[in-house]
Amino acid sequence: MTTTSTSSAPRRAAARAAARRADLAGWLLVLPALAAYGTFVIYPLATGIQFSFYDWNGIGAATWVGLENYITVLTNPDLLGAIRNSFVLVAFFTIIPVGTGLVLATLIRTMRDGAALRAAQTVLFLPQIIPLAAAGIAWSWMYAQTGAVNQILNAIGLGFLARPWLADYATALPAVGLIGSWVLTGLCTVLLLTGIGKIDVSLYEAIRLDGAGWFREFITITLPGLRQELAVLVTLTMIAALSTFDIIYISTQGGPGRATLVPGLLIFRIGFTQSDVGLASAFGIVMMVLVLALVLPIQRLARIGDR
Amino acid sequence: MITSKTEIVIGRVLLALAVVLTLIPLVNMLSAALQPADRNPAGLTWPTDPQWGNFVEAFEVGNVWRLMGSSAFIVVCVVPIALLIATLAGYALGGLRIRGARAVLVLFVVGLTIPFESLIIPLYYQAQGLGTLNTQWAVIFPLIGLFMPFSVFWMRAHFVNVPRELSEAARVDGATMWQEFVRIQLPLALPAISALTILLFIWTWNQFLLPVVLIADPLDRTVAGALTFFQGQYYLSIPLLNAGALIIIIPAIIVFLIFQRQFIRALLQGAVKG
Repeated sequence: MTTTSTSSAPRRAAARAAARRADLAGWLLVLPALAAYGTFVIYPLATGIQFSFYDWNGIGAATWVGLENYITVLTNPDLLGAIRNSFVLVAFFTIIPVGTGLVLATLIRTMRDGAALRAAQTVLFLPQIIPLAAAGIAWSWMYAQTGAVNQILNAIGLGFLARPWLADYATALPAVGLIGSWVLTGLCTVLLLTGIGKIDVSLYEAIRLDGAGWFREFITITLPGLRQELAVLVTLTMIAALSTFDIIYISTQGGPGRATLVPGLLIFRIGFTQSDVGLASAFGIVMMVLVLALVLPIQRLARIGDR
Repeated sequence: MITSKTEIVIGRVLLALAVVLTLIPLVNMLSAALQPADRNPAGLTWPTDPQWGNFVEAFEVGNVWRLMGSSAFIVVCVVPIALLIATLAGYALGGLRIRGARAVLVLFVVGLTIPFESLIIPLYYQAQGLGTLNTQWAVIFPLIGLFMPFSVFWMRAHFVNVPRELSEAARVDGATMWQEFVRIQLPLALPAISALTILLFIWTWNQFLLPVVLIADPLDRTVAGALTFFQGQYYLSIPLLNAGALIIIIPAIIVFLIFQRQFIRALLQGAVKG
């Protein structure tokens, strides 16, 4: 008895020493990642915040201007217009893909996991693999005056609608938005289909025996069962919509006029073409806050639903 | 299972429609690429005399070898380093559960939602200060840092689910921490690491904003970033522009078709965890 009690004290001390060693080793392992992150994300973020309080052309002396750049971001019609455009894009990047994905996944959930379904999944995933810039090139050509969209409209007797879609003030923004829908619908469909596959089949059988129609089945079983996937997709696609750059840069450069101007492109222009580094930095910070303000509530909603 | 016949039919028709709509722009690129280079093609029409030579010309005019080499160099620098340091950090945060792990994790997670556009201005002046501006390093270094939030989060999610008994058993057998990591933890982490490899490869290969802003010479960019150069180069020839763009996306599509199961699984997991 006595021998065990005396030996347990040094053993505990040894365990504590081992834990300290593990802590030290652990911190050494975290260090490289932390250094990379600190140097190329946190540090630039801090300098960005610093720049945003100055008037600076990138070369000469910088003048402290306080909140002036932020006031410009929140009052200048061009900058506000870009923010408004990016909210319009949310409809095309989030609502259309997630909505289509939901409908498709619900309708084909009973489809056998055969070769046809797998081939369809592969095709629907292709837009995820190619660069967004390439999607921009492909669709610029689709939307051209002599392109496939007008050709199809002419063929089905809707030729009066034909126009150069990306050059028309009224259609440029929706047309660019539909490129986003094209890119994201496949991802949403496949992810939601996987999610639906995890819902207990007996729930569906029970509610059908209950005499429920497809609508009640959708509301009471499918939607709650996909809560997690929906939260993820809404977050992901909203970030994609608000930070669009590649597609617009390649297809419209923000035009015609300012019809498709978005924050990402405007930051690039203000910062590098107009050399107003302070204003561009302030816009970048506002954009980050905007994304956070939209994404955090969704994450919180999804968590509350879990409990 | 009870499902109505109409539902099944509507579902398949819609799925077929989605597949066709996904393919049209890509097929349309191919049909345009095969038209005579000096003429403006008309919509989606298969050429009577396919000009496969357009691909050869686009390949040469576009300096595709050099572009692919530049892209490959950026990928080869970014992906292994990001994998290595993220795996080590993920193990420390998830496996060793060091003191302060929670705070470090929160710090990384905050980075998940920062749009690259918000950092691009300071990254430009940082690269200027470091003297890396207009070299591939201007993209390589920041990308490693920018990939850390997701990569560390991803690897930690794996290590945190490895049963603790495993490492205790190894310790009892007298294995050092390093031996345990290399012989037990790493082999178990291989699926997580390979999925992360796929994601990082795609994200680097397709990266557009950083190369466009930080590397002035398009030939030193990633292939995605060089697409702007193609636009300028083939401004007058839609067939050549489409041929060039196709050449650039085909390697990624081939890699995708070979590893598609892993790809789809990685992207789906990546979406859910991210």
